[in-house]
Amino acid sequence: MKAAELTIQELRKAYQSSDLSPSEAIRSIAESIDEVDSDIGGYLSYDLDQALADAEKADLSLPLGGVPIAIKDLINVNGHPCGCASKLLTGAYTAPYDATIIRKLREAGAIPFGRTNMDEFAMGSTNQNSGIKPCVNPHDKSRVPGGSSGGSAAVVAANTAVAAIGTDTGGSIRQPAGLCGIVGLKPSYGRVSRYGLTAFASSLDQAGPMTKTVADSALLLEAMAGSCELDSTCLDRPVGSYTKALENTDLSGVKVGIPKEYFAFGLDPAIESEVRAGISRLEAAGAELVEVEMPHTEYAVATYYVLATAEASGNLARFDGVRYGNRAESEDLLGVYTKSRAQGFGSEVKRRILLGTYVLSSGYYDAYYHRAQKVRTLIRQDFEKAFEKVDVLASPVNPLPAFKVGENSDDPVANYLADIYTISANLAGVCGISVPCGATEVEGSSLPVGLQLVGPAFGEKELLRIAHAFETSV
Amino acid sequence: MDIRRVAELARIDITDEEAETFGGQLEQILKHVDKLQELDVDDIDATTHAGAIFDVVREDVPHNNSLEQSVVLGNAPDNAHQQIKLPKVLDA
Repeated sequence: MKAAELTIQELRKAYQSSDLSPSEAIRSIAESIDEVDSDIGGYLSYDLDQALADAEKADLSLPLGGVPIAIKDLINVNGHPCGCASKLLTGAYTAPYDATIIRKLREAGAIPFGRTNMDEFAMGSTNQNSGIKPCVNPHDKSRVPGGSSGGSAAVVAANTAVAAIGTDTGGSIRQPAGLCGIVGLKPSYGRVSRYGLTAFASSLDQAGPMTKTVADSALLLEAMAGSCELDSTCLDRPVGSYTKALENTDLSGVKVGIPKEYFAFGLDPAIESEVRAGISRLEAAGAELVEVEMPHTEYAVATYYVLATAEASGNLARFDGVRYGNRAESEDLLGVYTKSRAQGFGSEVKRRILLGTYVLSSGYYDAYYHRAQKVRTLIRQDFEKAFEKVDVLASPVNPLPAFKVGENSDDPVANYLADIYTISANLAGVCGISVPCGATEVEGSSLPVGLQLVGPAFGEKELLRIAHAFETSV
Repeated sequence: MDIRRVAELARIDITDEEAETFGGQLEQILKHVDKLQELDVDDIDATTHAGAIFDVVREDVPHNNSLEQSVVLGNAPDNAHQQIKLPKVLDA
C-alpha cells in the first residue's frame, strides 16, 4: 500500500485496522518522494530520521495520530530548516521553535514531514520565483503548479504527500490548489495563528490546509484553529466541529451568490463552462442561486499590490544578514545590509520590496497606501452587502489554466492578474476554499479547474459543509 | 521614479541592469495601480486590518518561553563572546 496515495481519513483507517503503522507510512511516503519528486520539485528537503522518531511515539487515538503532513518552507518547525525557498535563508537558518499551528498539529498527533517548495517568501503565483529550484504541475510537467504554495499543492496532487499546509496572502493556497486539482482552504483572518509563519503581509496572511478532500481540510482546520496568546490578531472565537458539520449534505435553504464580476476579466470560456456546470450541481443539491454584485472587484489587484508590498517592505527588513541567514562580506555595516539583500533576494522579492518602499515613501503615502486602505474598505463592504443576501459566493478560482513554464515571466502585471478572483477574500478577511470542479483540455493535457466558494468571516463551518456537499454530489 | 533612491531606502544594492528593468516594471505596475484614482474615497474610512481588534492585552506576568542564547547565536552568521559579531559601525 502506498501511503501517500491515501487521504488522511483513509490513512487513519489503515492505522486502526493495523494494515499500516506510522513508521511504515513514513517510509512509504519517502519512497514515493524519491521515486517521482525529482521530476516535480515539490519538496525542498525531508528529514526521515526525525519523522521516524516521531512516528515511534505516535498516539493513534488522537484525531491526527501518526499522520504525516508536508509543510510549506516558510513555517517554523523546531529543528527543521525554514528557508522560505530563498537563497538568503536556505542552508543558513534552522527553526528554533514550533509555529503555533505546528504545535497544535503535533498536539493532535500529526507529524510534520517534508519542506515544500514555494515562491520565494510567498511572492508569486507560479512557483517560478522559488530561489532554490523549479516546481512543476503534476498534471502537465511543462506547466506551473501555481503559487505561492505551489509545492504544497503539487505534492498532494502527485501523491507524494497525504496532505500539506500552505499559506495564503492573496490566493496562495486556493490558486495552486485550483491549478493542481486539490482542495485548499484559506481560513478567515484571525481564525488561525500566524505566530511562527515568516511574515509577508501581516494584515492578509493566513495558513490553511491543502488536501485531497474537503473532509481532510475540515480535520486539519479543527486542529489548527483557535486563539494564540503569541498572535494578538488571532481571535478568541470558538472552534467549530467542522468535521461533524459535514454530515449534513442537504443544501436546501442555502443561498449561493453568483458575482457577475467574477466571470469577467478575461475568464477562459472552458473554465467558465466547467464552473457553471459545478454551480448547477450546487443547485441540484438544493441550493438557491442568487445574482450578486461586487462592484469593486476590478480594484482588488491594484489595492493588493500597494498594501501587500508596503507591508512586505517592512516585514522583510529583518533579512539584513545580521541575526540569521547568509551574510555578504563587507567592510561596513551598511554594506552588510545592502549586499546581503542584493545577493540573497531574487528578482520578484526585490521588485516587491522596492514597490512597497516607494508607495510608503514621503510624498507618495497618501496617493498610494492611504488610498488603497480606503479602497480596501469598499471591497470589504462589497462582501458585507453580499453576505446580507447569501450564505456563500461561488466563482472560478483561476481565470486561466496553468501557465506554461516561462510564460509571462517578464510581465509582472500579467502574473498579478492571475489572482484576480482570490485576492479580494484576503482584503476582506473572509474565508474561501478551492474545490476540484472538472478539467479543461489544453494542447493535449487535461488541466484541473477549481470552484471557489467564499464565506463570511468565521463562516468556515458552513463553507466546509457546502464544499463537502458539492464534492460528494458528482 | 528615482529607482536608485528607492533601492537605497530599501537597503538593496542594485546593478545598472536591475535599475533599468525594475524601474520600467515598477512604472508599469504603478500605471495599473493608478486605477485607484478613479474612485471617490473622500468619505471612506481606511481599513488597516481585516479584523476589528483593539488593545489585546494579557495578564502582566513574564513568560518563560524565550529561546536559549546558544540557539539564537547558532543561527547568526558570526558571533563572539555570546554576542552577534558585525563589522565596525563607527570609525575609530
